[in-house]
Formats: sequence, C-alpha cells, structure tokens
Amino acid sequence: MSDAARPVPAEQATPASPTPIQGVVITDRERDELRRQGILLTSLQELYTWGCSNSVWPLNFGLACCAIEMIAASMAKFDIARFGSEVFRPSPRQADLLIVSGTVTKKMAPQVIRLWNQMPEPKYCIAMGACAISGGPFKQGYNVLKGIDRFIPVDVYIPGCPPRPEALLHGLLEIQKKIKGFKISGPDAPRHLREDINCHCPVPEFGEHDLEPPTNPEFWQAPTIVRKE
Amino acid sequence: METPEQIRDRLLARFPGAEITVVTNPGTAAQHSLLLGAAHAAAIAQFLRDDATLKLDQCSNVTGIDWPEKEIIESTKTTVPDPAGGAPKVVETKTKRLQPGYLEVVYHLYSIALRHGPVILRLRTGNRTDQVTVPSLTPVWRACEFQEREAYDLYGIKFEGHPDLRRILMWDEFKDYPMRKDYVEPDDYEWEPTPHGAVLAKAKTHYPSPAAQPPDEPSVASAKEGAKP
Ligand code: SF4
Repeated sequence: MSDAARPVPAEQATPASPTPIQGVVITDRERDELRRQGILLTSLQELYTWGCSNSVWPLNFGLACCAIEMIAASMAKFDIARFGSEVFRPSPRQADLLIVSGTVTKKMAPQVIRLWNQMPEPKYCIAMGACAISGGPFKQGYNVLKGIDRFIPVDVYIPGCPPRPEALLHGLLEIQKKIKGFKISGPDAPRHLREDINCHCPVPEFGEHDLEPPTNPEFWQAPTIVRKE
Repeated sequence: METPEQIRDRLLARFPGAEITVVTNPGTAAQHSLLLGAAHAAAIAQFLRDDATLKLDQCSNVTGIDWPEKEIIESTKTTVPDPAGGAPKVVETKTKRLQPGYLEVVYHLYSIALRHGPVILRLRTGNRTDQVTVPSLTPVWRACEFQEREAYDLYGIKFEGHPDLRRILMWDEFKDYPMRKDYVEPDDYEWEPTPHGAVLAKAKTHYPSPAAQPPDEPSVASAKEGAKP
C-alpha cells in the first residue's frame, strides 16, 4: 500500500473524524474489499512501482558457469516468466536488469561497466555467484576482478558456486520488493528520479600491470579487519 | 611407430648438421622428446608432417615452460697421495655453477591418418631476457596459431614467422608475462577467511594482528589499506 493513497497510517487515523475536504481515509481491508467489487483505488506511485517491478527485463548476458544456471532459470522448469522477467533483451538499451552471472576477468570488466552505462535508468544489478561477488575460486589470481561491486553499484548479491535457479528467482523477488518500496518523488526517491545524482560509472583503463584505477573508491573501500591470532 | 632415436637418426640423415637431441623422460610415462635447434626446426617440422611413415598431421598441444636460473652444486672426488707415504686421501671439492635460465616450448604431435603419436618436439630460447625468439611452427600446423599466441602472452616467447603474434588472454597494453616464475602480481589483496601458505604471508602484510594494533587506534592498518589506489 502506498503512502500517497493513505496519507495517515490506518491504525493511527481516527475513523470517527475524517474531514471530507482533506480526502477519504480508508483501511487496507476496505481497499481490498473495494477491489474485489471492481473498484480500483490507487496512486500514481503504486501504479508505477507495480508496473516496474513486474517487468524487469534482464540483459541477455552471461560470463561463465553461473550463466548456465541463469539460463536454466529462464527455461520451462524454473520459468522466470512467472515473475515477468522472461524477456531477455539482447541490447542494453532495452534492458532493466544486469545479472552479472560469472567470473569477471579484468579484461572483461571495462566491457561489463560499459554495458551497465548503456542501460537506461531505472536499472538494477544482481551479482550472481561467488565470482561476481568476490572473485570466488579465482580470488587469489592475477586476472580476475575481486567483485563487480568495485566498479558498479550492486542491488542484490546471490552467493553460491553456482547459486541454484531458485536462488536467482529469490534475488529477483528481492529486487521486486525493493522497487515496490520506491517513492517517486522527494529525497528518498531512487537515483534515476533525482537530478542531483550522476549515474555514470567511470570505465577503468587497461594499465600496464592492472586496471587503472583498480577499484572505484566511490563504490568500494577495503574493509577494516583485524586478523585473529 | 618409430622410437625418438630412430626418428632422430632419420632426420640427421635428411638434414645433415641439424641440432637434434633426444631428451629422455625418466618417469613411468617415458615420453621421450626431440630437442631441436632453431635453425632447422621449421624444415624438420615440415618433414615430420609430410613424411609417409610418420604423417604427423595434427599438433594437439603447445606448452610453454619457464626454467629460471638454477644454482647447481657439483662435488668431485679426487684422490691425493699422501706425501708421507701413507694411504692416499680422498678430497671432495664442491663447485657452484649457475645454470642459465631459458624458456621452452613443447609441441605434441599426432597422426590422425596413421593413428599414432605422440611425437614430442622441444624448442628452447637462448635465455629469459633478450634472446627469447624461437621459430614458429604455425606455417606447418595451423592449429598452433592461438596456442603460440598464448605462450607469447603468458611467457613472453617470441615466435618468428607467426602470422599474427599478439596477446590473446591479457590486454594489449599489459606489460608482464604472468606465467613466468618471477612474475609479481598487482597487490590487490583482500581479506581471506582461512589464509594459509603464500596467502597467509600476504595477509600478514595487509592487516595486523590484535597484538600489533594499538588499542585506541583500531583502524591504523585499514586507513593504509583504504588509501591504497
Ligand atoms: S561462482 Fe562458481 S559457478 Fe559461478 S562463475 Fe564462479 S566458478 Fe562458475
């Protein structure tokens, strides 16, 4: 239920004294009852987030073994279409969701970030699997990025090597939950509805020994850790 | 199929003056190989491919090996007669010798037509720094193209006569050769839950133990780590 349709929380509202000029205060139950009778009371915000959250189109893009699970999630047995995400778009211009499914090598990282920049807002990112989260089994190697969140903002992390398709569906549901919580105006609005946030992620250059810079300090800082003896 | 010794003798008859050595493998696999000098390698490869009794028409694998400089201690025993007329003494003298390092390429050849193999060829470079050129066998076996590029990319072996010698796994701007023993990887260490071995040594330099940490300044090391580019 959105706040625009319900200016005062139903529990706190005093049902005895709603002022008719300010608007009608009704409870969620009354609204559901009206819906059942064929009367839809809604707000623009509710309609907007409802629409957005049920048509999250992923980018048709896989990087390694985790991509196989992503493909499985889109096929008949797991059927991601139940949640409105069956339309895997081959172009970033038409996609809403970047599922980073697999190992991001340092050579591939600038391309992944470029794809992210090419996607129009609103857009979401899922880091699927140990590799996309932290480098996974290749973490101590020289050519694997230790987490895609060093360069682009990640909404949902799905651990596993690889995560099961059910886990990906759970991740998608978490994204939907997040979208449903959006406010469409004000300081709590998501980044794409605000003027003051620059959504562009800088693309690192290929350096002589490593990517330049190796991380984007805006998104990622090394954690504070004290070693146990 | 002929033994490596028989192949060598036939090659020496065909290419007088060519450098061909049989390198024996003392292990149970006993896959002996032919070490070729650079001058005749391409002609010999052509001969092995076209010879009616060998017909080695497939190069299945190209491997690079880095042999760093090695210190070899040799002990020699000499018998010194005792001037006083007693029994002669045995004196052991140890000499240190520096065996220069080199890079090596190994080719595994099979015959699909005659269903035999492998015949193994080795090529060696002069050293690991400035004489790193060996003749390319891509003009003889097209399958070598990408694998020789990989050996160039990861070991820095230059193949003379290769049609398109570029890096294949790392980006073009990359300067190092990551599979060499003395490669130093970029220092982007991140916390590891169960470090051991070389990773533990790295971990110790990157985050301190509680004993080394002043109690009132808990983030000394993390500030250093965070400041890392
Ligand atoms: S997390 Fe595991 S399954 Fe997924 S890409 Fe990495 S290695 Fe493959």
